[in-house]
Amino acid sequence: MDWVTALLQAGIDGVSFGAVLALGAIGLTLGYGILRLANFAHGDLLTVGAYLTLAFQAGLQWPLPLAMAGGALGTMLLTLTCDALLWAPLRSRRASPTSLMIASIGLALVLRNGVILIWGVSPQRYNLPVSPAIALGAGLQITASRLWALGIALGAVVLVSLLLQQTKIGRAMRAVADSPELARVTGVPVGLVTAITWLVTGGLAALSGEMLGLITTMRPNMGWLLILPIFAATILGGIGNPYGAIAGALLVGVAQEVATVCPASLGSLTQYCLSTDYKLGVGLLIMVLVLLLRPQGLFRGTRA
Amino acid sequence: MALLRVESLVAGYVPGVDILRGTNMSLESGSLVAVIGANGAGKSTLARTIFGLVPVRSGAVFFQEQNITGQPPEHLVRLGVSYVPQTANVFPSLTIAENLEMGAFRDSRNLDRRRRRIYDLFPSLGKRQRQSAGTLSGGERQMLAMGKALMMEPQLLILDEPSAALSPILVQDIFRLIQQIHAQGTTILLVEQNARKALAIAQKGYVMDGGQEHFSGTGIELLHHPEVVALYLGKKG
Ligand SMILES: Nc1ncnc2c1ncn2[C@@H]1O[C@H](COP(=O)(O)OP(=O)(O)OP(=O)(O)O)[C@@H](O)[C@H]1O
Ligand SMILES: [Mg+2]
Repeated sequence: MDWVTALLQAGIDGVSFGAVLALGAIGLTLGYGILRLANFAHGDLLTVGAYLTLAFQAGLQWPLPLAMAGGALGTMLLTLTCDALLWAPLRSRRASPTSLMIASIGLALVLRNGVILIWGVSPQRYNLPVSPAIALGAGLQITASRLWALGIALGAVVLVSLLLQQTKIGRAMRAVADSPELARVTGVPVGLVTAITWLVTGGLAALSGEMLGLITTMRPNMGWLLILPIFAATILGGIGNPYGAIAGALLVGVAQEVATVCPASLGSLTQYCLSTDYKLGVGLLIMVLVLLLRPQGLFRGTRA
Repeated sequence: MALLRVESLVAGYVPGVDILRGTNMSLESGSLVAVIGANGAGKSTLARTIFGLVPVRSGAVFFQEQNITGQPPEHLVRLGVSYVPQTANVFPSLTIAENLEMGAFRDSRNLDRRRRRIYDLFPSLGKRQRQSAGTLSGGERQMLAMGKALMMEPQLLILDEPSAALSPILVQDIFRLIQQIHAQGTTILLVEQNARKALAIAQKGYVMDGGQEHFSGTGIELLHHPEVVALYLGKKG
């Protein structure tokens, strides 16, 4: 029954990859809900976070946790800078959602090429000992770094949910997501909410990129390649809905891994297996199907 | 002394198209003033312009003799002006209690005491503080919108068609509540399609047409003005 083991193992890998996606998807969906921005530069924020951490860890020899915090902080500052230089002027000119989206694609190119300029195109790794695999019994295993990724993602998700439900500024974020204009006339400080949203978005995106750096090698296009599954997760969960985004990310993560399972016991049938090169295609396919069959997402999203 | 004064206000959403074309208006402190007029007369635009949401081309708005023309909404909230929009006036995914909290974002000292005041005024809201606003009925939603606007204990409350799309019984309720809020000392600018009812409870009324006030007078005067009756009040009440 090696295919049962293979499927379960794919499920485990999928959940940990899904957790990484979830960190990215929460930020993307909050940004869409609160800032009304379909941000294609979001994936490249992941990349920036991962490479900043590399600079601190491999370059400055900081311990990994500190380097990761530094990477997150740096990315948060970057999002605030981008807001001041790009998004705020566009908002004050009342730019259409389409213009904002195109601007975000431009920003994505700038960020990615900035990373290439500084760190080059060759794949890089954090300076870490090989991550040991932890046996879970029944032939299943998970690497320590995936376990860390899962734990950190879980912690971040809990913190974000506490922020949104239990703090006044978090409730204000939900209010702005409901209606920016009503928030303004009610006296909610929309500027402060915007800044906090960028900080959360940047921090989570960086963490996501750093987790990805833990479980794979880093390349300058790592985040850009992830923007499709992240969008898929966001749309699946109902765009604007952070809890939906988490569920969507786990679904996409597991689907990607399970769809490419190919146990040797299939014999000659293995030639019909979906190659792992098509993992990203699975996310894309899910996105297309959801848009066709249930465009509002599986869960309720932001009301327009 | 007028609490709010609007002087020859010209304003519009897009360049070259003026919706308000020289509106004048004045509200005494403690009064209830009704603004009536046909669809598209510019009533909502007047409320929105006072609240800093529509670009002003000329003219001015004074609150307590202070020029507030074009000031952003957050500034007006701090000065003591609250505004309840005609539609989409609550946060649907927030609970009743959270909506009220947002109303007092700028000053949430005594949040619970302020909320209790609102629940006393609208007992049906008090019974379902944890229910999300999106699940409320039209009447409850309107009450929540007014409650949210009252959280800062404003001196001036601007209401844009609070009775729109409500059943006749609820319309009675809302008008009774508006009178109650007024009796507690809040000055009210009431924009209404329900012209007879609004004029009946107002000290002063303005009839808007084409972005200007065409008639003004006490509520009683307007209710009996032949031209106003013929053109704006119709046959029935
Ligand atoms: N956001 C907007 N952008 C452009 N024009 C607008 C906008 N809102 C209203 N208008 C125009 O301004 C004019 C006045 O509209 P307004 O909403 O102020 O009327 P109203 O008296 O409140 O009508 P109603 O009784 O239907 O609420 C209308 O011609 C309307 O088309
Ligand atoms: Mg109106």
